[in-house]
Amino acid sequence: MEKGKQTQQKGRKHIDYESIASSSKFKELISTKKKFIISGSIFFLVFYFALPILTSYTTILNKKAFGEISWAWVFAFLQFIMTWVLCTMYVRKAATFDRLADEVISENINKGEVGA
Amino acid sequence: MSGTVITLFLIIVALTLVITYYAAKKTKTADEFYTAGGGLNGWQNGFAIAGDYLSAASFLGIAGMIALNGFDGFFYSIGFLIAYLVVLFIVAEPLRNLGKYTLADMINSRFDAKKVRAVAALSTITIVIFYMIAQLVGAGALIQLLFGLDYWAAVLIVGVMMTIYVLFGGMTATSWVQIVKAVLLMIGTLVISFLVLYKFNFNIVNMFHEMKTITPLGSDYLNPGVKYKMPLDTLSLMLALVLGTAGLPHILMRFFTVKNAKIARSSVVTATWVIGIFYVLTIFLGFGAAAFVGFDKIKEANAAGNMAAPLLAGALGGDFLMSFVSAVAFATILAVVAGLVLSGASAFAHDIYGQIIKKGNVTEKQQMKAARYASVGVAILSILLALIAQKMNVAFLVSLAFCVAASANLPVIIFTIYWKKFNTAGAVTGMLCGLLSSLILVIISPNVFSPVEGAAIFIGKPLIDLTNPAIISVPLGFIGAYIGTVASKKQDVKRFAEVSVKANTGYRENDI
Repeated sequence: MEKGKQTQQKGRKHIDYESIASSSKFKELISTKKKFIISGSIFFLVFYFALPILTSYTTILNKKAFGEISWAWVFAFLQFIMTWVLCTMYVRKAATFDRLADEVISENINKGEVGA
Repeated sequence: MSGTVITLFLIIVALTLVITYYAAKKTKTADEFYTAGGGLNGWQNGFAIAGDYLSAASFLGIAGMIALNGFDGFFYSIGFLIAYLVVLFIVAEPLRNLGKYTLADMINSRFDAKKVRAVAALSTITIVIFYMIAQLVGAGALIQLLFGLDYWAAVLIVGVMMTIYVLFGGMTATSWVQIVKAVLLMIGTLVISFLVLYKFNFNIVNMFHEMKTITPLGSDYLNPGVKYKMPLDTLSLMLALVLGTAGLPHILMRFFTVKNAKIARSSVVTATWVIGIFYVLTIFLGFGAAAFVGFDKIKEANAAGNMAAPLLAGALGGDFLMSFVSAVAFATILAVVAGLVLSGASAFAHDIYGQIIKKGNVTEKQQMKAARYASVGVAILSILLALIAQKMNVAFLVSLAFCVAASANLPVIIFTIYWKKFNTAGAVTGMLCGLLSSLILVIISPNVFSPVEGAAIFIGKPLIDLTNPAIISVPLGFIGAYIGTVASKKQDVKRFAEVSVKANTGYRENDI
C-alpha cells in the first residue's frame, strides 16, 4: 500500500490497478457484490426453471387453484412478481455497491490529489 | 382497405419519420450516430430499451402463440422478462463501465487481439440478421393484411423504409422513435386488454372458465403441453430466452447511450416494469384473439398466428383501433429494425472496417460512410432470408436469435468480466463454438428439414428433434471458452486487475 498507487508520467496518471485490486476495500466491494449476485441468480434461475420442469415432467400444476385457473398460471404469474421484487432488492443493495466503489476510487486513485 | 385505416396508419408512420428528421439534424459525430452522445436519462433509456425489446416478436408473435397454444405461448412472456434479471445482475453495469460503442469494445478492454474483435463482430451480425428476419416476417404479414399486397412486395417496402430510417437518423433518432413507440404500444395494449376484460365482465376467473370451452382445444388450452410436448425442447427454449437477452447486441448497445452505470441500472429497472406489465397483458391479447377472432380466422390471415393482435383490435374496436394497433406494430418493427441494423452496421464499420481493415486509422467521416454501406448490406441479406421464412411464428424466429446470443456472446461476456484466467484464445474459441454449434444445430433441426412438404424450408428428415438448440449450444459456448483458455495457458493478471477495477467501480482514466 505504501508503494504509492500512482506516479506522474508525462502528465498522465499511471495507475497501479493490481494494488487497487488487492486492496481491502476493493475486496470488500467484490465480496459484497458476489454474495448478493450469486445467491440472487441461483434463486431466480431455480424458480424460473422449476416452472417448465414441473409442467414438462409432471401434471401437478394442472390442479385448479381458483375456479378454472390452475396452479401453472399462478406459478407463471409469481414469476413476474419475483422479477419485480428481485429488481427492487437489487437497486436497494446497489446503493451499498456504489458507496464502496466511490470509496475505492477516493482511497486509491484520487488519494494525493490534494496538494499535488 | 378502408380510408381510416390507411390514413391513420400513414399519420403514425409519418410522425416517426418527422422525429427521425429532427434527430438527424443533430447527428454529426460518430459518437452521436452510435450512442446518442451518451446523453439519455434513466427513464428515457428504460423506455427505449422496452421499445427495442417489445418487437414484432412480443406484440405479434406472443399474442399469436397464446391465441393458438394457450399456456405454452405464455412461456415466451415469462422467459423474455426474467432475462432482464440476468441483464441487471450480471451484465449491464460492468458493460457500461468497460465499453464504448460495441460489445467487441468491451471484450477488447481486456484483449487487444484483432481476432477477438472479428469474431465478436461476426456473432453480432449473425444475431442481428436472425432478429431482422423475424421483424421483416412480421412486418410483411402486417402490410399484406392491411394493404392486400403480396408478401414479397410488403417485405421489400418495409426493408427499404427501415434502411432509409437508419441511414439518416442514427442512434438519437432510433432512441426517440423507440421511446415514442414504447408509449404508443403500451397504450394500444392497455386499450385492447381493457376491452377484452370488459367483454368478460372484468372477471378473470370467469374468463378462464369461458376459455375452457371457447377454443377447439377444449380444456387442454389452459394446460401446458399443447405446443411443447418434448420436455427437453421446452427447457432448451426457456434456456435460450432467459440467457439470450444479456447477449443481444442491440440491447447491450443501449447501455452505451447513458452516462454511467447508475443510469444503466435505473434504465434496466424502468424497462423491467414496462416490459413486465406488457407481458402480463399478453394473456388478454392471446385469450381475446382466441375468443373474439377465432382460430380459423387467425390462421387464415397468417398460419403462425402473427396477425392475432391486429385482428383482435379490429374485432373489438373496429377499423379505428385496428389501424392504430397496426400502425403501432409497424412503427415497432421499423424502430426495432433500425436499432438492429445500427448494431450490425456498427459491428461492421467500427470493428471490422475501422479497427481491423484500417487498423484504427480511420476518420469519423469514413467510418460513418462504412456504417451506412453496412446498413444497406445487412438490410438486403435480411430481406432475402425473410422471403423464405414467411410461415414461421415471429416469436419463435426471435428465439433462435436469442439462442445464438446466449451461446456465442454470453459465455464470453461473463468470463471477460469475472474470470481471472480467461484469455484471448478462450474468447475466440468460446464465441466460435457457441456461434457455429447453434447455427449448425438450427440447420439440421425440424425448422429447416421436415418430412412434410411446406412445413419447413426443405423436405427431409431432421437430424435432431430440438427446435431450439440452446440446451446443447450454450454449454458448448462455455466449454469452448474454458478449453480454449486452459489450452493456451496465457494469462494477463495485470490486465484483469485493471478490467476488474474498472468494471466494478466505473472508474475511467480520462474522467480526471
